[in-house]
Amino acid sequence: MTQTLDDLSLILIYSAMGVYALAFIAFTLDLARRSSTVKKAVAEDVPVAVGAGVSGASGSVLSKGGSGGSGDSGDSADSLVSLEGRDSSGRRSLALRLGVVFTVLAFVIQLAGVILRGIAAARVPWANMYEFSITGTVLIVAVFLVLLLREDLRFLGTFVTGLVLVLLGVSTINYYVAISPLPPALQSAWLVIHVLVAILGTAFFALGGALSIIQLLQTRGDAMGRLSAALRLRFLRTLPDADSLERLAYRVNIVGFVFWTFTLIAGAIWAERAWGRYWGWDTKEVWTFIIWVIYAGYIHARATRGWRGSRSAWLAIVGFAAVLFNFGVVNVFFKGLHAYSGL
Amino acid sequence: MSRPSDHYDSTEITQPRLGPVGWLRWFWRQLTSMRTALFLLLLLALAAVPGSLVPQRAADPNGVTQYFVDNPDLAPVLDSVQAFDVYTSVWFSSIYLLLFVSLIGCVIPRTKHHFEALRAKPPRTPARLSRLAGFTTREIEGAPDRSAASVIESARALLKRQRYRTVVFTNVDKRTGQEVVSVSAERGYLRETGNLVFHSALVGILLAVGIGGGFGYSGQRVIVEGQTFVNTLLAYDSFNPGRFFNDSQLAPYSITLDEFEATYETQPNNAFGQPLDYTASVTTSEGGDESEAAIKVNEPLKIGGTDVFLLGNGYAPTITVRDTEGEVVFTDSVPFLPQDSNLTSLGVVKIPDGLADQVGLIGFFYPTQAESATGAYFSSFPSLEYPVLTLNVYDGDLGLDGGVPASVYSLDTDSMNQLTGGSTGVDSIELVPGQEAELPNGLGTVSLDDVKRFASFDVHHDSTQGWVLLFAILVTAGLLTSLFIPRRRVWVKAAERADGTLHVEYAGLARGDDPRLDEAVDALATRHAAGFPAADPAGSGGPSSPPESKA
Ligand code: HEM
Repeated sequence: MTQTLDDLSLILIYSAMGVYALAFIAFTLDLARRSSTVKKAVAEDVPVAVGAGVSGASGSVLSKGGSGGSGDSGDSADSLVSLEGRDSSGRRSLALRLGVVFTVLAFVIQLAGVILRGIAAARVPWANMYEFSITGTVLIVAVFLVLLLREDLRFLGTFVTGLVLVLLGVSTINYYVAISPLPPALQSAWLVIHVLVAILGTAFFALGGALSIIQLLQTRGDAMGRLSAALRLRFLRTLPDADSLERLAYRVNIVGFVFWTFTLIAGAIWAERAWGRYWGWDTKEVWTFIIWVIYAGYIHARATRGWRGSRSAWLAIVGFAAVLFNFGVVNVFFKGLHAYSGL
Repeated sequence: MSRPSDHYDSTEITQPRLGPVGWLRWFWRQLTSMRTALFLLLLLALAAVPGSLVPQRAADPNGVTQYFVDNPDLAPVLDSVQAFDVYTSVWFSSIYLLLFVSLIGCVIPRTKHHFEALRAKPPRTPARLSRLAGFTTREIEGAPDRSAASVIESARALLKRQRYRTVVFTNVDKRTGQEVVSVSAERGYLRETGNLVFHSALVGILLAVGIGGGFGYSGQRVIVEGQTFVNTLLAYDSFNPGRFFNDSQLAPYSITLDEFEATYETQPNNAFGQPLDYTASVTTSEGGDESEAAIKVNEPLKIGGTDVFLLGNGYAPTITVRDTEGEVVFTDSVPFLPQDSNLTSLGVVKIPDGLADQVGLIGFFYPTQAESATGAYFSSFPSLEYPVLTLNVYDGDLGLDGGVPASVYSLDTDSMNQLTGGSTGVDSIELVPGQEAELPNGLGTVSLDDVKRFASFDVHHDSTQGWVLLFAILVTAGLLTSLFIPRRRVWVKAAERADGTLHVEYAGLARGDDPRLDEAVDALATRHAAGFPAADPAGSGGPSSPPESKA
């Protein structure tokens, strides 16, 4: 019974990967279409709404649309391409709409797979690296879809579906383990809280990192900005400008930071219960701490003259790199008390 | 989205004046600047990395020993820069201490400043609101009992209800000579309060951890089923006191391990043999009161101001050695250290007296013995299905007289002869429970009488743990308020037009990150204007073309 449910779960995860691949293709086609439209517009000297919608609305970034008399981000319909990737008839492109539909579909399939895994194991589905990966990626997509309700971040679709595909691919191939019962050290309510909060924090950091990367691509003078100029990533002209992206990244990253703070504290409480001390500089504790300090640095950087803008964006990217390292490398290659990767 | 101008960091660092006081002041300013805080934070993150790359004495002493064996050249060099004690090293400590000095130097003036800000009135209304965030206007129909002042009074009441601090100003417009009444409002002082609570609580955590570490202690003890541990210094196998610890802190209590029970997965699936549960049933005695309790992995026992944690467990075969006369020279349940997940275990017995020679036994214990293709034994399941003990016998000098403390878990065979096993040509002794065998060279006999379980316990005393938790909660609360409570200023300004209608303007200013400011101003305008009849839009000037903004 357990085995069949788990097999079914795995089939669902594979199917979700297939649909994510379709979403990825659709989102990429949308970016390509934006690039060609920009090119055409430049050639014909037609005005293009260069990400002006959001930045013009005096800092109202995470709020829905513009208000109070300032330009509504949706009403630049007279221009050829707008921020939201709408065409001249005011509709979003087919590719973009398909991308979102596929993402929602894949999300539902994956969610079913994750829940089945939990039912098969008769516990929360995040007790080893494989389970952590499938639950973590489903939450990244969930956070992305929820944010879409409040803010038009569809342009992140390529990044989000791409990241989720890579992570799912790596984890189903390298981390998959059959269901096994929890060892005594993991039999605790803190497993539910601590790990879930860590996954949520990771999901926000992932989106924040993506926004920071695009912010740098949009920044003239930054190494990444020069790279994007050299690569002629024309679609960038249809995305929000660096300033808006920075504000957006900040909003997302501080939510991640709050979750991470919870992770740290809940982890310490659990460590006290399980190992008799709340803090022992175990490798995993060290890296959780390092990540927390990097993001504290990021918040300070945003408030420091000369550090706002590109430098703070780099810190957010370094922070997310550390999150990936903590998960992908520390779990597998470092020894310590957190030997629960199940590998 | 610039930071508020009254923010501490926005005062420029002035150039140093010559003279020691000037330099000191300059140095202090540098240290408490945001830039330095940022630098120290990033340095702290960087400095924490090496501790995850090389084993640390505090967390993994055996790993350090192994590291010295594996890297004999590199290890001493690393040791000289405290790489095996990163988190107590001079360099790591200096970074975080400097950071906290900087933090205190930053928090104190900001607290003072914040107290002043809390008592100060909101600032004057700017002359032109049209350039500010969320600027919007409404036209209100004139009426005999309706003046600019009364309209503003209702705006003020509205703002007060939304917990703004307000002050009303009355001016005369220089151009038109008209009276202009405005309310200036500010809210979100809690944001800065949260920030200060957050940073102060960090200092609190550091202090509580430091003090707790100074007065606390932790000790480890292995207890075999049936044995009693009495909480005295001598009873511990290892003990780590804090700097200010003294013996009298040890509460007099005792713990007897009645039974240790481990359950393992027995279903033939991929988790076969994996532990499912460990339970140590104990009888405790404190001040004459006896009681029974169970200690589990995530469920420590609280007793006498300490927490007792179940850490490890294993088997303790009861081994008896007799001399040629049949006299017992040694009998004990000897804890064997588990070597793998199926509890193949390694242990030693040392018999300094009573036999013709000093004798040492190195034993392997297999709870469920199995044999590999090469003939080597291993354990195939962690519980006692087919227990077998094998012993290799050594005689010679046990090295106990040199005064060097030797581990009870290892035997130094440098000055001993191996009598069984290995290249001796004599088979190792093999025993199942209840069996007895001859020792070689007619030394005597050895028997395996019983197999007991042992459990290892960690005893902790940390008097400031509760404080650490309290400060951690304050950190979180402070963080949430300081990140998510917007601090903003809002202004409402009203002027009477020549035709008697009232022209009202609304605008706001973000102080720090505030993504919903526009919405808030708009909502305020809508709610406020809803309290009055709107003026005919065909009247002088539409709502979107206030007279001032044309100037
Ligand atoms: C132990 C070291 C420190 C840590 C872990 C830390 C952490 C943080 C965090 C997480 C925040 C964002 C949450 C909040 O606003 O309350 C923050 C904000 C802030 N910190 Fe620190 N901090 C440290 C030291 C300092 C020092 C030394 C200063 C003074 C120079 C400082 C000044 C500030 C300021 C001004 C803000 C507000 C930033 C803004 O306006 O967005 N912090 N800090």
